[in-house]
Parts: sequence; C-alpha cells; structure tokens
Amino acid sequence: MTSIALTLPDLRQPSNPALVLRYFRRNKVLGVGVVVVTLLVAFTLIGFLVVDPQNAYPLSAPTKKPPSLQHLFGTDFFGRDLLTAMVVGMWQTAIIGLLAGGLGTLIGVILGFISAYFGGWIDAVIKGACQILTPIPVLLIQVVVAGSLDKRDVTILTMAYIVVMLAWMGPTLVIRSQVLTMKERQFVSVAKLSGVGDLGIIFGEILPNLLPFIAAAFVGQVFAAVFASFYLAVLGLGPLREPLLGNIIWAAQSQGAFFNGWWWWPMEPAVAMILILASLALVNMGLDELANPRVRRTE
Amino acid sequence: MTELPLAERRPSAPSVVRTPVLRVKSLQVSYYTDAGRATALDDVSFSLNAGEKLGMVGESGSGKSTMALAMMRMIKPPGRIEGGQVFVGDVDLIGLDAEGMRNARLSRIAYIPQGAMNSLNPVMRVGAQMMDAVKAHLPNDSRSAVEERCRRSLASVDLAAGVFRMFPHELSGGMKQRVCIAIGILLNPQVIIADEPTSALDVVTQRQVMETIDNVQRQVGAAVILIGHDMGLMAQFVDKVAVMYAGRLVEVSTVREMFTDPKHPYAKALISSLPNLNNKGVFQGIPGLAPSLLRIPSGCAFHPRCASVMDICRSRRPAVVAQDSGRVVACHLFDARG
Amino acid sequence: MSIKLIVKRLAFLIMVVWAASTITFFIPRLSERNALRERFAELSRTGGFAPADLEKIIASYSAQFGLNKPLYQQYFDYMWGILHLDFGYSLGKYPLTVMQLIEQALPWTIVLLLVTTVFSFIIGNLMGAIAAWQRAPRWMRAVATPFVLLQGVPPVLMGVLLLFFVGFRLKMLPLGGAYSPGLIPNWSWSFALDLLAHQVLPATALILGSAGGWVLSMRGMGVTIQGEDYVNFAEHKGLGGVRIFRDYYLRNALLPQVTGFALALGTVVTSAIVVEGIFGLPGIGSLLSQAIRANDFPVIYGIVLLITIAVATLMVGLEFLYPLLDPRIREE
Repeated sequence: MTSIALTLPDLRQPSNPALVLRYFRRNKVLGVGVVVVTLLVAFTLIGFLVVDPQNAYPLSAPTKKPPSLQHLFGTDFFGRDLLTAMVVGMWQTAIIGLLAGGLGTLIGVILGFISAYFGGWIDAVIKGACQILTPIPVLLIQVVVAGSLDKRDVTILTMAYIVVMLAWMGPTLVIRSQVLTMKERQFVSVAKLSGVGDLGIIFGEILPNLLPFIAAAFVGQVFAAVFASFYLAVLGLGPLREPLLGNIIWAAQSQGAFFNGWWWWPMEPAVAMILILASLALVNMGLDELANPRVRRTE
Repeated sequence: MTELPLAERRPSAPSVVRTPVLRVKSLQVSYYTDAGRATALDDVSFSLNAGEKLGMVGESGSGKSTMALAMMRMIKPPGRIEGGQVFVGDVDLIGLDAEGMRNARLSRIAYIPQGAMNSLNPVMRVGAQMMDAVKAHLPNDSRSAVEERCRRSLASVDLAAGVFRMFPHELSGGMKQRVCIAIGILLNPQVIIADEPTSALDVVTQRQVMETIDNVQRQVGAAVILIGHDMGLMAQFVDKVAVMYAGRLVEVSTVREMFTDPKHPYAKALISSLPNLNNKGVFQGIPGLAPSLLRIPSGCAFHPRCASVMDICRSRRPAVVAQDSGRVVACHLFDARG
Repeated sequence: MSIKLIVKRLAFLIMVVWAASTITFFIPRLSERNALRERFAELSRTGGFAPADLEKIIASYSAQFGLNKPLYQQYFDYMWGILHLDFGYSLGKYPLTVMQLIEQALPWTIVLLLVTTVFSFIIGNLMGAIAAWQRAPRWMRAVATPFVLLQGVPPVLMGVLLLFFVGFRLKMLPLGGAYSPGLIPNWSWSFALDLLAHQVLPATALILGSAGGWVLSMRGMGVTIQGEDYVNFAEHKGLGGVRIFRDYYLRNALLPQVTGFALALGTVVTSAIVVEGIFGLPGIGSLLSQAIRANDFPVIYGIVLLITIAVATLMVGLEFLYPLLDPRIREE
C-alpha cells in the first residue's frame, strides 16, 4: 500500500526585510507615502539642528525679503524667517497630529470596544451619538469652539483638543463593528469555553486581532487632525503667533501676498502642506489595503 | 410545458446526428501565479454529438470549471489558453478574434452559471436583461420580435409571463436559475454548458431545474455539458460521464458503464465512495489529497494515490486510449485495447 | 416608502439639528468671553467712552439682545429663532440681521457649490470607474492616478497653487475677488465674462481637489463590482464591453457613491467655504472669515447653524432618492 503523499508545494519563505520590500513594491502607494513622510521628518529633525527657533517668530528678520542666501526661503511681512518657520511649523503640526490622533484613536478604541462588548443600552447610546454627530460639518463646530476662545488661549495644545472633539466618531464605529464580528467568531467562544475570563479574552484574543484596524485608524486620525488644524489655521483661528503652516497661509492671503508680489510667502507653506497631507493620505490608503485583505491586489 | 414553434425545433435526442457538434482538441490552460505556473488543463480532448449530454465530474481543482471557462474563452489573467482548439460546428472558437468570440457566446455556445443567485443584474428587470442579450447578437431585429423571443424562452422554462417585468430579487433561487437557463437558450446555441446548476438549491428545486434543462435541451437539440460533483444527479440525467483529475481527462464512459464497470482507478474509487444502500455504514474515501496544480506528480498524476500503481506510472504519463466500446481511458492498465 | 421610515428619518434630522444648535448655543457661553463687552471695549478705545458710560451701554444692549435673561429662557428664545431661521442681529453690521447678511452672500456660494459638486462627482466617479475597469486601455486608467495621489490635499491648497501658476506667473486669470476692482456690476456681457473669469480658478481648485476622493472610492467600488457574478455573466451572454460597463458595472457601482455623496456633503461645503476665503469671493466663506476677524458672534453661529441645517436636510432628502435608484430597496 502506498503511503499517503501529502504533496504540499515546496515554497521557500523569503526573509523578513525582503518580504517587506516586496510588499512595498506591490503596494506602491504605501511605499511612496512612507518615503515622503520619512523625508519630511528628516527635514524637520535636521532643521532643528541647523536653525534657531526664535527666528520663526515675528520681528526676527528683515521683512518681505524674497529667497536669498541669508534667508533660503525668504521672509514674510512680519519678519519671520520662513525656513525656520517651516521647520518649527512642521514640528508643531506633527505634535498636533500625533497628540490629537492618539487621543482620538484611544477614545475610539475604548468607546467602540465598550459599545460592542457590552451591548444593550450602552451600545445604543454610543452608536446613536456617533450617528447623530456625524452629519454635523466638523469644521463649523470647531470654528465655533475656536471662535469662542480668547485669542490668547489658543495654543498648539488647545488646537489639538479642539480637533479631537469631533474626530472620535469614526474610529469608534470602526472598532465597534470589528469587535462585534469578533464576538461572534469561534475563537472567542472557544476561549470562553476554556474558561478564560473576560479580561483574558479582551487582551489575549480580541485586541491582537484589532491591531491592524487600530493602526489604520490611528493613521487616519493623524491625517484628520493635521487636516482639521490646517483648515482652522487657514481661516485665521489658529494660535496666530505660532508659525503653523496654515497660519502663514492665512496671514499671507490677508495681506494680499500675491497681489503684492510676495509669492514665496504663501507658496512655501502650501507646498509643504501638500507634501504632508498627500503623504499621510497615501500611507492611510496603503494601510487600508493591509488591514482589509479583500482590497489587496494580487500580482 | 410549452414548446418552441416547429420551425425552430431541431432533431431531438434519440436520433443523434453523426458528426460531432463539439470537438475539443488538446486544450491547454495554465495559470501564472506568484508561486509558479499551475497547469489547469493539460492536453484535454473529447467530442460531443448534437443532442448528447456529457457529465463532467472531478474534485475541486480538477479542471472542470476551467474547462467551461476555456471553451467560452473567459479565462482571465493570470490564466492563459496556451494551445488547443474548440470546434463548435466547424468554427474553432480559440481562433476567433475578440469580436467574433463575443458574437459566438450565447449564439453558438451558451453558459449557464454556477450560483445563479448573483448572476442577474440586480438593478435591471429580467426582461431587460434578456433583451439586451438578444440585441447584442441580432441588432436588426425589431423590438417586438426581440421581446417575443424572450417571452417564449421564459415560457419554455415554465416561468410565468409576469417574470419578464420582475427584478431578480423578487425571484426564488430556483426561478433565478431557470431565468439563466432561459437566457442560455435564447439564440438556440449548439452547445450548452451548465456549470453546477444545482449546487445552491434544495433537492426538490434541483430536480425541477434538471428537468428544465432536459426539456430545453430536447427542444433546442443542443449538446449539453453538465459540470458537477453530484454523481447521483449525473446518473439520472446524462448519457456520458467524463472524469477529470488534476487538469487531465482520465476516463470518458457512458453512464451505465461508469457506474457498473469504471476502468480508471480514480473513477473506480469515486464510484465506490458513493453511499450504497447495500453497504450501509461503510464509507470509502480516497487516501491522500488531490495534488496542487503547481506541482503535479510526474508520470500519471494519480500515481501517489493509486491502489494499482505500477513502475511505469511514476515516469510516463498515460495516453488517452480509446477502448473497444468507444470509451476512453488514460491509464497504463489499459494501454492496449481491452 | 413606508410612513414609519419617513418618520424615522425626519426624527433623525431633528436630532441632528438639535444637537448642532445646542452645542453652538452652549459653547460660547461656556467661555468667559462676552461678545458685547469686547465689541464695545473695542469701540470705546477708538471712541473714548468713560468706563461708567460703557457699562450703561453694555447693559442696555444686553437687554436688547436678551442677554440678561435666565439661561433657559435664552435657550428657548434661541431655539424658537432657529425654527424661524432668525439668528438675530449682526454685531458688526447692526442693524443688519444675520439672515440678511447671509442672504447677500449665499448666491455666490450656492452657484460655486452646485457647479463644482456636480462636475467633481461626475468626473471623479467616471475616472474612478475607468481606473478599475480591466478592459479599459492602460493610459485611460492611468489618468486617475494623479487624482488619487492628491486626494488628501484640500482644495484650498490646490487653489494656492493655481493662484501662483496661473494667476501670478502666467497672469492669465485674476488673483481673487468676485470681479475686477473698479467695475460696477451690470448686466453686460463684459461684466459677465469678468465674473466668470474670477470663478474659474476657485471652481477648478474645488473640482480638482474634490474629484480625488470620488476617484478613490469609485475605484475601490469598481474593483468589487467587477468581481461580481452578474458582470461576469454579462460577458458570458456575449454583451459588448461598453454596454457591460454602463448597465452592469457603472449602474451598480454608483449606488453606494450616492450614499457617499450624502455623507460627504459636510466636507464639500466646508472646503468651498475655505476656498472662498482664500480667493476673496463674497460668499458665505468670506462672510465667515470677516465675522471671525471681527468677533461678530451672531454671524458666526448663524452661518454654522444654517449650514448644518442645510447639510442635514440634504442628507435626509437624498435618502428618499435611494429607492428610485435601487429596486431592491423599494419595500412596501
């Protein structure tokens, strides 16, 4: 009697870095996004080593100077050195993004989890709140909040809080639906049967499976936070003294920069902002594909 | 049971026409994946006469559905038809250009899909979906002629006239399947391929659908290929049975021969694994797993699992040899006519 | 459509508007700022009122604006006003009411919004559908790529770029404003052309900026729909590529996009507002910017509320469109 021949194809597993690179080649979107983000981070970090942050604030340099050797990016109406302003501004944007993004994701995970795991009226309340708040144009409420604050109270930190206020609904709903599907799946029932307690299930079974979604939600939140803070700043509601890129653009437009020929003033922050937002969006898209294998392309 | 008007009927089953209406020659299909090249169909040849019904059986991955797709030239990248010919009448479908093939679909060779649950466009009425198929092939026909043809087709599968104006979601599974059959016979094709038409249905509906296919085939006089893995269903409805294994054709016999005296060891194993009223409680499986199409065993693809394996089986691939009775087998046990 | 469903939707709409207006009511009152006081403090700096007189003025205006009534009373008055779309008087341009100011600015915004929304929806979705369609030629599908890459970039930044390259460098189109300074609005062709010229850049910025989102979502939808059995069967039936694209693929892929449109309304409106601000068009956006700068709170809140109400209403309204598009939803 012949032995059972289990002929599984003999596929060699490539090493981890090679796997990552191969994935980037396929998921070009993610690859490009990550590269640009890395370059921007490098710019900021190197920038801090080179410039004096004080020059990002008004009255540090001769005003309205076009790009030259002393001021690589030129200066603006108020006497900021724009190169320094960009470095500091990007750093501040990163802080807002990470802070608000992290907070938003945290709130989303907690609320989404509680909502799905415990169900009942808690779920109804949380889900209802999310649904009702979603159609409200977020920027407008943020305008109300920012507009109500004393101009001196608006700082980088407050910007972050304002941005988080209406951002948590998305992650909450996503996490909630994921936990709901998981609750029904077999590995949870198996764990319960094996006598694993509630906490064990949460941390041992559900959370690890949620990680890709949490990561994707985090990047999405960072993107949303940077986006929202930019919109607020460009309307003139940001911490006006700080060199946030949106602030600079707003100031430029208020002073009629293009009409006066000071083109570098709004253009530089605009280009920088485009790079930041575009790369974050790409990373977001790329991660979406990773977290949602159905969208994944085959070669 | 309404019948098509006399003028459209073709000679029906018992008096089959001699020249085969379908001739498949050395069909070769491969899939190029990340992990390598998978041979989905390896030099498959067979023929069918008008009015004949062929059942095609095999495990998942044996190539049955690929066969159907290849004949319809619906193989998409990374799959490729690498060789062979498919003659319907005297036209080689493989040699046609894109527009020619588009025209040939439904008019010469029709396909009834597996899982009709989702095969109908949810936002179009049934009638509209039938009419656009006709209009794509007979653009000069008047609207009323097209509509008449569609209504007759619906009637011949025993569906009420009202179905014409309904949306797919208003129909049951069996009804949807019959709509697909109705679409398949709209243009009186010479060959009809029914790909597991009953898998998602309950037993009662299965019978209804199979009877419908039977009736329709008698009216239109087409050759029918029935793909599936339900041997019992095959036994009741087809004339011949073809067994596929790992992309290769291993045996073609009449239904009676297949069930009483299967030749190829794999076919034998399949038949003996069927539940038997006499042998209650004794279930025979086939040891081992079907090979991955990426790594087909050398020689005869079945040799690792064959109870009657010989040395030659490991090295030389058996040719498809015609037996005296008209059966064909691809096995070294039957290399000489016997 | 069942009555029950309509009632549910309306109830949802009311909840949304109620939530928005309540939030908008309470937030400013949570802060320490007193709009009137600040306004008059500003005026007094230029006008030179004595502090005692200032208090008297503030007191009388507070009474006028109802600010000295108890909170719940103010809330009711406020809600009542909203029902009549009465947002009170503008602080900066008194005696003009908020609604009057909004009515002046609204037509500009609506025209811009209508044109850009329709165009970006059509162009974006078509590009996205083609991008996902395997049978389309490579170059056609590639057209969508730059939009996808830029999909995260807000229309505002597009606007700045356009201003720079087209307005500043090439001097082909004006740099801002609704019409050239010095021109008196009239019904002549030359004025109309001038108006149009001023709309081109903001409209283009909005279309380019918003299309990306549609391209991306439609492309994703397209990939899914293409894999559906009925698209496959359509090919089995021997239908031609264009017909399959239109009747089997596009018609099904567009359905969720309409839902997406309803959800995206808020974003659409806010991007339009911000773009208006940058281009100095006299629409709601500029009204808002001015109000923010001038601390004209009633105007700010009025705009916020009006837009929220409009968006929420449109959202709910669109829901009534679905049964017309998707026969599966036509229950009862």
